[in-house]
Amino acid sequence: MTQDIIIQAIISGLLMGFVYALIAVGLSLIFGLMEIVNFAHGEFLMLSMYTAFWLWSLFGLDPLFALPLCAALMFTLGIATHYGIIRHILHAPMLVQICATFGLAIFLRASAQFLWTPDPRTITTSLVEGRVEILGIFLGLPQIVASVGSLAAFALLYLFITRSDTGLALQATAQDRQAASLMGIPVDRMYALGWGIGSACVGVAGVLLATFRPVDPEVGALYALLAYVAVALGGFGSILGSLFAGLLIGQMEALAGWLIDPSYKYVVIFSLYLVVVVLRPQGLFGRF
Amino acid sequence: MLKVSDLEVSYGDFQVIWGVSLEVRPGEVVSLMGPNGCGKSTIFNTISGLLKPKAGTIELDGRRIDRLPSHEIVRLGLAHVLERRRVFPYLSVRQNLWLGGYNPQARVHREETLEQVFGQFPRLRERQDQLAHSLSGGEQQMLALGRGLMSRPRLLMIDEPFLGLAPAVAKEMMGVIAGINAAGVSVLFIEQNVQVALSMSNRGYILESGRLVLTGEPDELLNSSEVKRIFLGG
Repeated sequence: MTQDIIIQAIISGLLMGFVYALIAVGLSLIFGLMEIVNFAHGEFLMLSMYTAFWLWSLFGLDPLFALPLCAALMFTLGIATHYGIIRHILHAPMLVQICATFGLAIFLRASAQFLWTPDPRTITTSLVEGRVEILGIFLGLPQIVASVGSLAAFALLYLFITRSDTGLALQATAQDRQAASLMGIPVDRMYALGWGIGSACVGVAGVLLATFRPVDPEVGALYALLAYVAVALGGFGSILGSLFAGLLIGQMEALAGWLIDPSYKYVVIFSLYLVVVVLRPQGLFGRF
Repeated sequence: MLKVSDLEVSYGDFQVIWGVSLEVRPGEVVSLMGPNGCGKSTIFNTISGLLKPKAGTIELDGRRIDRLPSHEIVRLGLAHVLERRRVFPYLSVRQNLWLGGYNPQARVHREETLEQVFGQFPRLRERQDQLAHSLSGGEQQMLALGRGLMSRPRLLMIDEPFLGLAPAVAKEMMGVIAGINAAGVSVLFIEQNVQVALSMSNRGYILESGRLVLTGEPDELLNSSEVKRIFLGG
């Protein structure tokens, strides 16, 4: 019996871990590329969840079919954020950069409250609903789909970054922007692309979360916080580090919730974060 | 082929280059010399578009390039190998070279150019799957040169090619640069050691505190008392 519960907790944690990893990698990619932290990352997640909700509510579009559309919209939003805000503060002091993306976060959150009220909204009918039983373990179908979807998006991103010409150019820009521009790589366009891809990642995660999690204007805060922890744990700019840290956080959340008390699970996660920051500030896989 | 006229460059309010004019003709090897911090690298960075000049013009084959971003200048046939190599540390040797041929003009010949570069630097072929930061200093300098050649330049600018190299490796590097020049690429390079620089150049420029003080052929410069004053403090 106890054994069943442990396995149940581990597998549930694993499923959420992939979603956390996808959220974190979007953040990590942008930071690795230009050393700017997107404090509006959680709000991008919230926007994507709302988009999925409204497409379902107004047009009856299932979140799974809305996924490519939401990804494309968030990609565009990321690029617009780069050209509209980020490129103007690239060389500004760090405090200005923090205020810029933090201000964007507050603006988006307040706009969502104004436009859509603070009430939580839920997608109640979806192609993925209910639970399935596999070898005596009960898992939510939406969670399974979210996890598989996140892993697929993550794999796609990894292949793009490591195998494609443009992905190599992104890595080169992250490692040495001056040398990259001397290779003929348009650095500003790479930055915009990084924002597009990073935002699309969180967009995909948002839609997948929306299949089982109610959306409200504050929903992004917790996920963004977990993503910051994951990025710090995994190492800023490290893609595989984000995957590992996302999975680790998923596990700790599930196991701490079961072993100690669900209300203390974040205490465990943030404690580990503090330990890593003190002992290994560059993160587990970081180079900085 | 390269013509810099009355160049002035500032970092904010702080002007570092004052009215510098210099020229590289097709097929030439030209050295830019001067003590530490006199603005040599700043001139290179301005020519390749990493910095914008405050005044003056830069022309490549008669075309103004001083307002172009660096990723567009490299397409026109000007490659700049930065000081301290600046290879992409966490990419493989092969990936570093491959990125050297990123610009649209070089891209169509990428495989072919890569073969040429591997032919020129057999050690890079042997180490092609190694991460660049794991190479020795001399190998990294070869990689930086090879990466520059991947853009199929007509003018190669090299900032301190011998910096930190063992004498034997530096000698090898001199041969490599002579070979590149023999293949029809003009070379402009920075070197602090006047003897070394002039032994391999057709002409040289000497910079002091952001101003050109002397220019000429190796014989004239080596015998000039001005050179002795600047470099030996005599």
